[in-house]
Amino acid sequence: MAKVKGAIVVDTETCKGCEVCIPVCPEDVIRMTTEVNRKGYHYAYMENPEACTGCTNCGIVCPDRAISVYRVKVTA
Amino acid sequence: MELLDIIKPENQVFCKTKLMTDTALSYCPGCGHGTAHNLAMEVIDEMGISEDTIGVAPVGCSVLAYDFMNIDITQAAHGRAPAVATAITRIWPEKYVFTYQGDGDLAAIGTAETIHACNRGENIVIIFVNNGIYGMTGGQMAPTTLEGMKSSTSPYGREIETMGSPLKMTELIANLPGVQYATRQAVHTHKHARKAKKALKKAFENTRNKKGLSFVEIVSNCNSGWKMTPLESNIWMEENMFPYFPLGDIKVNGKLK
Repeated sequence: MAKVKGAIVVDTETCKGCEVCIPVCPEDVIRMTTEVNRKGYHYAYMENPEACTGCTNCGIVCPDRAISVYRVKVTA
Repeated sequence: MELLDIIKPENQVFCKTKLMTDTALSYCPGCGHGTAHNLAMEVIDEMGISEDTIGVAPVGCSVLAYDFMNIDITQAAHGRAPAVATAITRIWPEKYVFTYQGDGDLAAIGTAETIHACNRGENIVIIFVNNGIYGMTGGQMAPTTLEGMKSSTSPYGREIETMGSPLKMTELIANLPGVQYATRQAVHTHKHARKAKKALKKAFENTRNKKGLSFVEIVSNCNSGWKMTPLESNIWMEENMFPYFPLGDIKVNGKLK
């Protein structure tokens, strides 16, 4: 069965650390960093990148569209 | 598989639409306005109508929409966006005209313009973001503020006896014959955001088919005005706003549901 693997790239300067992306992630991939960006916001990152399926849930709820989503099909 | 093997341009499945400019959104973290802006622009992008779309920005938090949306857009006096949109659509009937308004703009000072534009059945789309408060000016009570809800001008909570009941604009205008489509959506989770996107698409398709006015209400949070974190405000919205402002289609293809 083809498996799907995904990844997100967060624009760390655009992210405002609102955390709306965290509860919508079905695989519990996203966390907030302890360091802050230039505006003083904590920003999202992939704590658990292996689990990401590239479902785009985080992207579509991000008010600032700081998240780009990538997805590939992996065979076997 | 390494992360760098996944993160390649050909594997990209989601990114910010090119119809949003690179200007940082002026909204508070977690505000539904940003999602609503992006969904509207994504729909316009997917329909390929960006060259033929003219927006009308309101007064309120989203007054700077013209800085964020990379389409032709103008800005109207407080509450008068439907009147300006009427003029544009009558001069250019082939254009897709939409207004983007908050509840202080559409449901308070602009009630007359809104109701009459709906009654005339102008061929426009009205996107109405309802967060139950005047966000930009410091969280004053709006017509849509819930009963008992505290705001800076109702510090003991809204009293129905003296301040009236929260105004359900979408139900109100759905009864007018000129309205083709009236719906209420939300954007705080992926499910709601995807539904809202479909509703916006249907609204712009109605404009394409010259069917009349489409009214899309988006119930949003105002975490700064409500004095909560973004996640708390989303939960509060589900528990308190949704029972009074139930989500779903109210009028489809000119027929009440």
